[in-house]
Amino acid sequence: MTETISYAYAVARDDDGTLDRALSGLPGVADASVHLVRAGHRGELVVAVSPVPEQDFQESALRAHLEDLDWLESVARAHHRVIGALAERTTVLPLRLATVYLDDERVRQMLDARQEAFAGRLSDLTAHTEWGVKIYVEAPAATDRPAAPPAAPELSPGRAYLSHRRAQRHAREDAYRDAEEIARRVEDAARHHAVDRVQHRPQQGELARGPGENVINDAYLVPVGHAERFRADVLRAAEGLSGVRVEVTGPWAPYSFATPPETEPTRRAAP
Amino acid sequence: MKAADGQPPAVDRDPLPDRQIALIDLLDRLLSGGVVLTGDVVLSIADIDLVRISLRALIVSISEQMPAPWSTTASPVRDGHDG
Repeated sequence: MTETISYAYAVARDDDGTLDRALSGLPGVADASVHLVRAGHRGELVVAVSPVPEQDFQESALRAHLEDLDWLESVARAHHRVIGALAERTTVLPLRLATVYLDDERVRQMLDARQEAFAGRLSDLTAHTEWGVKIYVEAPAATDRPAAPPAAPELSPGRAYLSHRRAQRHAREDAYRDAEEIARRVEDAARHHAVDRVQHRPQQGELARGPGENVINDAYLVPVGHAERFRADVLRAAEGLSGVRVEVTGPWAPYSFATPPETEPTRRAAP
Repeated sequence: MKAADGQPPAVDRDPLPDRQIALIDLLDRLLSGGVVLTGDVVLSIADIDLVRISLRALIVSISEQMPAPWSTTASPVRDGHDG
């Protein structure tokens, strides 16, 4: 007899009442089926919700779970799966991971109270998707393979080593300089198409996938009609300089843009 | 399923498929994006940030100050403008 509470995924607009179908058979967090809680004059504003075991989402349990990478991944993938299914059909406003209410009635009250703000942001985001742009420096780190001096017979081993290190360092400096140049070009290219940008922290650590060091990790909000050109132009901007790689991810539901710009001081809107 | 080459398989009708998405790209968005609401069972926003930081510590070995990648390594050594 597990008590359940309501996990809320996203706010969306369900103008033609077909959104239920997008969710049928789709497993949410904890494999529960997902349903819609409605508000608005005609019930057109919805929150996607599913029951989750209360004991897993109480504050202390949740805090511990969020430190568990496997648990976090399964919740994150489920959260994303639901948002993806919604985003296929309508504009969505993703909620932060692990937004939980005592029951559906509390979700309805929340939705009722914020209808206007949600509706406004949803119309801002209509027909826009998020794209990720990551820039990597691929030059070898100075600490990689410290020895392996080229055979230069006129140099002593010590001087050969130093000369090798210097060459490495210069290659790396060049790569960073090229990365800055590429970052500028990419930004210019992106700005032609995007209406907003959010800068995420560069990715590091075990989960960061190389090769290379991630130095730019941006998200752009792009009108759907510009998506192809955005992608093509950004990738083209990266051509011609070796040692720097640009990766474009997406389309994403507008996770990074769910909150309007003025409440996020760290981000800069593209003009 | 192919992973990480950005080209979804031809049979995949889902424009936002989750299989090939890197967890770290997802976590960037799920832990720092999305609408933040005060739910009934809450970690406050600050707590979520703490979770983020300790999680980062778990998966990253976080340095005291995460330096901007440019500032340390791209030193202002400029020798000309060809490039």
